[in-house]
Amino acid sequence: MIGSAFALLTCLAGGVGAALRFCLDALIRHRVRPSYPVATSVVNLSGSLLLGLLTGLATRQFLPHSWYIVSGTGLLGGYTTFSTASFETVRLLEERRYLAALTNGFGLLLAATAAAAAGFLVALPIAG
Amino acid sequence: MSGEDPTLPVAADLPAAAVATDRPAAGRLSMADVGVVMVGGVVGTGARFAIGTLVPRWSGVPVATFGINIVGAFLLGVLLELLAKRNLDTGWSHRVRLGVGTGGLGAFTTYSALATETVVLAAGHPARAAGYALATVVIGAVASIAGIWFARSHQRPVDESARS
Repeated sequence: MIGSAFALLTCLAGGVGAALRFCLDALIRHRVRPSYPVATSVVNLSGSLLLGLLTGLATRQFLPHSWYIVSGTGLLGGYTTFSTASFETVRLLEERRYLAALTNGFGLLLAATAAAAAGFLVALPIAG
Repeated sequence: MSGEDPTLPVAADLPAAAVATDRPAAGRLSMADVGVVMVGGVVGTGARFAIGTLVPRWSGVPVATFGINIVGAFLLGVLLELLAKRNLDTGWSHRVRLGVGTGGLGAFTTYSALATETVVLAAGHPARAAGYALATVVIGAVASIAGIWFARSHQRPVDESARS
């Protein structure tokens, strides 16, 4: 349980996270004009790596719980997104690009989970 | 990946004004657009935070995140299909897509929690963790398709509204 000030901060951090995702998405699309959803994948992979890291730090009490919620549930929760990734997978299926759809569905899941695990493992020696 | 969309290079060669205004001047972000996404993100995060606080884990499985991601995938399918049929991305339609879609449903759903919860759950219950992660992706895709179909089946024919 965290206080109402931290709850409000969590929501605001989520708004900042969503804005960061929007800006990074526009930046990546501007550079590469991808036919594969690169931008959403970059956002979700980097966000998963960072949340794994924060979770490792919080597990060792290196990061106070309230700030873990603000940065993890708020900032990174708002930054990463499942709904867009899922929609883009279905778009690839509609275009009959089955390999790309599988990569964006199961490949991203595997990579994001590996990224979170890597972040978690890196955090443990940092937190001591 | 062999099946590249052949229309993409053509669209890229068109003058900026002729390209669909989906992402108007890429690189030149409108501060108003960023603000709309941010407001939606605050609301979406608040809803996810509230549900996550109220709904306990079920045998270690984060059912709150699971339900949030499935419902969010369905709703984004409905929204984007409705707006796609309107075939314009200006004014209110543009702001609804950014505020409710990119900001609201984008922040309501989450991938980082899915990945991290899977890792944490896998430490004690690897089979449950794999089931949770795979079920989210598979049922999430089904929910996206269901959302698109739902929007299509509740869509007034475009010609009819044009005639009236």
